[in-house]
Amino acid sequence: MARAAVPGRLRARRAWRPAVLLERRTESPSARTLVLGVDAWAGHLPGQHIDVRLTAEDGYQTARSYSLAAPAAGDRLEITVQRADGGEVSPFLTDELGVGDRVEVRGPLGGWFVWRPADPGPVLLVAGGSGVVPLMAMIRARAGVSRAPFRLIYSVRTPDDRIYAAELRRRAADDGGLDVAYVYTREAPAGGSRPPGRIGADDLVVHGWPPDFEPACYVCGPTPLVEAVAGLLVGWGHHPERIRTERFGGS
Amino acid sequence: MTQTETTGPYDGNALAGPLSEVFALEVTAALARCRGCGQSAPVATLVVYGPEPGLVGRCPGCSDVLLRVVRTPDAVWLDLGGISALRFAVPT
Repeated sequence: MARAAVPGRLRARRAWRPAVLLERRTESPSARTLVLGVDAWAGHLPGQHIDVRLTAEDGYQTARSYSLAAPAAGDRLEITVQRADGGEVSPFLTDELGVGDRVEVRGPLGGWFVWRPADPGPVLLVAGGSGVVPLMAMIRARAGVSRAPFRLIYSVRTPDDRIYAAELRRRAADDGGLDVAYVYTREAPAGGSRPPGRIGADDLVVHGWPPDFEPACYVCGPTPLVEAVAGLLVGWGHHPERIRTERFGGS
Repeated sequence: MTQTETTGPYDGNALAGPLSEVFALEVTAALARCRGCGQSAPVATLVVYGPEPGLVGRCPGCSDVLLRVVRTPDAVWLDLGGISALRFAVPT
């Protein structure tokens, strides 16, 4: 599709823009990172998302929102898509969209569920499933830039479902001030001390920051998990205004 | 956020894209005051249903409908009737 050359700053951010798939990476059996190229991308904050629109040959269009997984790198954006059984869009993105194929994107979107590297205080990140994606953008943005202490509590069904596991292990060792803990809901590793089960108050107390540290809390994932965790944090004593949430819908 | 073909409810973060066509300022961080109960909350915290037949955002406190957004090929239809005030932080 021909496009007039327009300087990035004058292009309406609200417009749909073409994007090309540059690279795909497997993150877990059901999750793929897609690296999209978007001309004159003006950058984004950790936690923001893009909308991705697909158009079929008959003109049918559908769009979904995906969190940006990494800091801006020139014209390259990364999203991590989890294949949802029976989904309309996610299986296409994870399994069929090929390098060189084009989609449309809108963004960056979202000014509330963001972490700014200039924010100094400790940060508690609680993820359920693919909810880890925007939190990983925060962790990646922090590296080498901020010494704010970060703790990630990541709830997944089984160890195989973890996204970014190797990188999180490396970052917990190397980045300094990052702690990562997993909560398994269906199947835990052999020899683990915590039996499988949903995230609960004990998990937050053991792996999180206490209320008097006044952390910024970011909770992201399926709606039931987000609501349960936000409720537990408030019940523990965290101030509701320090808790920011992003719900991905029913689990 | 990923609307992974799950059912709702979502939250107001899902409104960022659709409302970006209408508002010059980022809207999910704006505070919306509910006409029904008087509570103010960030638009990002609205309880959101949809996207078919349109997006509906409800007050997280009292569940009254604060806003509705419907997109047709040639129009954005926006009903903000449940919001009595919106407060946007303006970048300085």
